[in-house]
Amino acid sequence: MMASWFPENISTFGGEIDSLFYLIFYITGAWFLLTEGLIIFFLVRYRRSQGQRAVYVHGNNLKQAAWILVPGAIVLLLDLWIDFRGAEVWAKIKGRVPPSDLLVQVTGKQFNWEIVYPGPDARLGTPDDLQIDNELHVPAGKVVRVLLKSKDVIHSFFLPNLRLKQDAVPGRVIEAWFEATTPGRYELPCAELCGFGHSGMSGWLIVHGPEEYEKWVKEHWPSEK
Amino acid sequence: MSEELSFWRTYVFSTDHKTIAKQYLSLGLFWALVGGLTAYLMRWQLAYPDTEVPGWGFIAPDFYNMLVTMHGTIMVFFVAMPILLASFGNFLIPLMIGSRDMAFPRLNMLSFWVFSLASLTLLISFFVPGGAASAGWTGYPPLSAKAAYTGVNWGLNLWILALALEFASFLMGGVNFLTTTINLRAPGMTFFRLPLIVWMQITAAVLFMLSVGPLIAGAVMLLMDRVLGTTFYLPEGGGEPLLWQHLFWFFGHPEVYVILLPGLGIVLEIMPVFSRKPIFGYRPIIYSTIAAGMLSFIVWAHHQFLSGMDPRLAMPFSITTIIISVPFALIVFAMIATLWRASISFPPPMLFALGTLSIFILGGLTGIFNGSAPVDIYIHDTYFVVAHFHYTLFSATFFAGFAGLYFWFPKMFGRMMNEPLGKMHFWLTFIFFNAGFVPMHFVGLGGMMRRIANPMQYEFLQPLQPINTFITIASVLLLLSQIPFVVNFLWSLMRGQVAERNPWQANTLEWSAASPPPHGNFETVPAVYRSPYEYSSPEAAEDWLPQDRPLASPAAARQ
Repeated sequence: MMASWFPENISTFGGEIDSLFYLIFYITGAWFLLTEGLIIFFLVRYRRSQGQRAVYVHGNNLKQAAWILVPGAIVLLLDLWIDFRGAEVWAKIKGRVPPSDLLVQVTGKQFNWEIVYPGPDARLGTPDDLQIDNELHVPAGKVVRVLLKSKDVIHSFFLPNLRLKQDAVPGRVIEAWFEATTPGRYELPCAELCGFGHSGMSGWLIVHGPEEYEKWVKEHWPSEK
Repeated sequence: MSEELSFWRTYVFSTDHKTIAKQYLSLGLFWALVGGLTAYLMRWQLAYPDTEVPGWGFIAPDFYNMLVTMHGTIMVFFVAMPILLASFGNFLIPLMIGSRDMAFPRLNMLSFWVFSLASLTLLISFFVPGGAASAGWTGYPPLSAKAAYTGVNWGLNLWILALALEFASFLMGGVNFLTTTINLRAPGMTFFRLPLIVWMQITAAVLFMLSVGPLIAGAVMLLMDRVLGTTFYLPEGGGEPLLWQHLFWFFGHPEVYVILLPGLGIVLEIMPVFSRKPIFGYRPIIYSTIAAGMLSFIVWAHHQFLSGMDPRLAMPFSITTIIISVPFALIVFAMIATLWRASISFPPPMLFALGTLSIFILGGLTGIFNGSAPVDIYIHDTYFVVAHFHYTLFSATFFAGFAGLYFWFPKMFGRMMNEPLGKMHFWLTFIFFNAGFVPMHFVGLGGMMRRIANPMQYEFLQPLQPINTFITIASVLLLLSQIPFVVNFLWSLMRGQVAERNPWQANTLEWSAASPPPHGNFETVPAVYRSPYEYSSPEAAEDWLPQDRPLASPAAARQ
């Protein structure tokens, strides 16, 4: 049931994020049930009744305060568990960009994604560069390095199916990467308020299978080979 | 203190902390109406995009951005701050510490009138050409730094000005809160006999005063970028957009605790009274509050995991953020432990206090997801975050705010509020709040971004549209659920049953003053003999023992 909350995951690291989410979900879910359950139980059990006086407990000495300090210590341990798991996943995704097979430059501007492909020479800023707005074509199973830029305001490059989000900030080049696993068409919205056209600013990620990708490359750079 | 004052000095330019508290309350409630209206317009647009909103008309995308911006600005700065901090703080601090007024009554009056000026400025900003600010309540540059990017010129300048005035007002208020609490406590009122809400209020005041400075500097730079053509935040002139984010959130994160702490303080005052039991762990709660306050200064960059800052900075902030759950967990556990073997009754203040607790728990827990940097990659800027901060801040502002109003209304206005209407108000609010905001988590997990005006423009969000419609219906019902409160409030103000001094049989000092207390509060300044929550104490025959009641036996004075 829970898996259906998320859009289908099609990236190599998306599963790590999802499983970290579930870890936190089970831990916090248990606390939720425990605390809310206790509240309801106490409210019913200790509702006012005639002749019944409340017990005078102030919880200021260590022996009594242990009732809250021990659960507090458990919270701390669980926090650290989540932190250490999180640090691993973060290092994997954001720590360093793995050797990439492909480079693409994405520039946000009100209200489009300008996507520049380096072409066969694999270098940006050369005559065989090709710009296609709002369409990001990549092959499945290859590591894609994305150089994120912005021409005006802050945009956020969001690929829900890849579990990838990264702000594009004017004046900076920010690197991101992904490896898509499943061919298909996936939406690429902007996730940061960027002006009156923010709503609707969106492109498409098109993940091709190997032959299909060859075909797409040939279509766009016919002079090569 | 019984000299006759003119109408103007009594009701308008008053230096009486209780009148000032009511002035803040009135202005805060007015803004809550405006904030509610913006919520209604946004929710309608999200459920039925680009259709005419009943009673309003069509909503254009730039108008929607303005609604998003003003809803956040109004609810945080013009509802939560004046009601939780300024109104309750002003009303309660002098009464609870046994003082005749604030340390600086004139400064207090000035702070309210500066806040009025801020309100007026914000109100005017709706009507200037180009409309009000529309760059989000966080006002990220470059969007906010150049009029060309939003099409809003004076609206955003006035927005900055309104916030600057608000900050000035609350700085004066904060100085007053601190000075009053430190210097004007009644004899016997030691720091560890202070009611917890006073601790919460002064911690909030300290957090605010320490964090707001950098933002004021940031706001001046933003205004200069807009008006004088400087480029502090514009990269084309060597500026740095991220600078604003750091300055904003260095203030912004402590700020949410500035709102939250007084809300929790209200709950902490009410729970012992209707549990007839001392609050569990008075000192651990105080230490937790101080620890949370200190930690709140080193968590700010959790709003910026994906902002383009060095990714190596994320984990330290992620760790501090998740660890801040420990002090808040202790406070929650203490509240729950207070209910253990208590004698619990359920009038409206207690219902709203318990509502705050149960809702805040969920909001606190979802904070762990956001605080975990890798999970945040996916849920950042989605409705999951929106649901999270409504669970924390709606509970603190509205549930706790209502709890406080129902509880202290007799002291403020000398009349009781109607109980059946109050209970109805609670249950409707509780049901429709959860009906609206639980599903919001799911739309967020489905990937729906914040601040989009029309989810139907995205194929992957179209299947979520029935949930969006459901949320809207629940939200509209939530707004309508406030009608019993408005009726109750106005009717009780004029016709409510006359309140005695201490209708709830509570222990803290405000209840030993008349209802409502006259200018100067107390006939004689009370002497304090014990801590504020001595309910069901073995030393007294009744199940309550006011702070200022002397006991015959010397053993009693030790408490």
